[in-house]
Amino acid sequence: MCLAVPMEIIAIHDKNADVQIGGVTRQVRLDIIDAKPAVGDFVIVHAGFAIRRLDREDALETIKLFQEGLNLELI
Amino acid sequence: MNSFDAFKDPALCRALLDRLVAEATEPFRFMEVCGTHTVSIFQSGLRSLLPKTITHVTGPGCPVCVTHESEVAAFLDLAGHDDVIIATFGDLMRVPGPKGKNLKTAKADGARVEVVYSPMDALAVAKANPGRTVVFLGVGFETTAPVVAATIKVAREQNLKNFRVLSFHKLVPPALETLLADPDIDVDAFILPGHVSAIIGAKPYAFVAAKYHVPAVVTGFEPLDILAALTDIVAMRRDRTPAVHNAYTRVVAEDGNPVALAVMDEVFAPADALWRGLGKIPQSGLVIRDAFADFDAMRLPGVSLQEVPPLAGCRCGEVLKGKMAPNECPLFNKACTPATPVGPCMVSTEGGCAAYYKYQLEL
Repeated sequence: MCLAVPMEIIAIHDKNADVQIGGVTRQVRLDIIDAKPAVGDFVIVHAGFAIRRLDREDALETIKLFQEGLNLELI
Repeated sequence: MNSFDAFKDPALCRALLDRLVAEATEPFRFMEVCGTHTVSIFQSGLRSLLPKTITHVTGPGCPVCVTHESEVAAFLDLAGHDDVIIATFGDLMRVPGPKGKNLKTAKADGARVEVVYSPMDALAVAKANPGRTVVFLGVGFETTAPVVAATIKVAREQNLKNFRVLSFHKLVPPALETLLADPDIDVDAFILPGHVSAIIGAKPYAFVAAKYHVPAVVTGFEPLDILAALTDIVAMRRDRTPAVHNAYTRVVAEDGNPVALAVMDEVFAPADALWRGLGKIPQSGLVIRDAFADFDAMRLPGVSLQEVPPLAGCRCGEVLKGKMAPNECPLFNKACTPATPVGPCMVSTEGGCAAYYKYQLEL
């Protein structure tokens, strides 16, 4: 039920945005997101609303920490 | 591959799993309280790869499953009103109520029931049917409640007079407190729901470690997220330093999403609520505030919560508390299967019984 999907913003029109993932395009509301996203950002989408912007730098940093911690070559 | 796909990278996951297997020498039981975690742990195959020392217990994390018998009876009753159209997420359609009724049988009996993907779609149904009241079934946790609250605000902006919400939303931290306070519940650690936490942040869980000394980690839904949380739990247990950590920092901020919280608080007020299996939990539900009374389906004439008999033989309540594994229920895979579900834990794809049936059953 709390299933929420990361989708990429492709256009913004006031309180709505067009988002896509894997060739699927949908329109979502931006009423409750706390930081206005930009085109190219990924947002978490739940029941037709964007609920958070995904932090790309944070994601990259987390992965890097794991790779270093586990002594893995960069993928 | 985008930068978020690395969280399911097989090589990275395998390396972290190997480390977890090496480090998890002391046995422990961890509970997740999120249906999406339940499915993710089964579907990714992680459950079968975990070392024998780690036992996965599924908790009250499926909103459909924890919706109380009397709430199910109330919405089934409402579906029978001639002037009402029910709008609902699809996973409520087959939840069994009294006398074997569910929304599908209600529909067959002439009720108007529309499955929607978003509560905003229910507004469109209301606009298309001005002569009827459209009631959206508000079931879900803190992830869903702000979405429904925002929809109610849009309905007011659009001056819609025939849209209402039956608010059976539930809050996760009070349910955790109830589980932790129950001496019969055998859980050593929690992984905490990522998308509930996207809204409420990590702070509201502080009591889990501070008061009950149980380690807990907020995490996401990719295999690497789950493995990272478990590795962290193993370290906290080894070092005897229980705390609440956030392993889902790419989505979850310490204070959550303040805009969503404000919208939720503007429309809803906390209230005592009934949970299947857990009973009444203080301040664990959300009711519509007086300022939005015109959008509250509980205030329609003839709508109330009545005591109803429990589903005969169903042990869903025990499963939701982690006291019984799904396959320990006498009905599991006999009287109760996904095709003929007796209780909600077998109906919802996120239910513990349905996940166990789909992914774990030895054929």
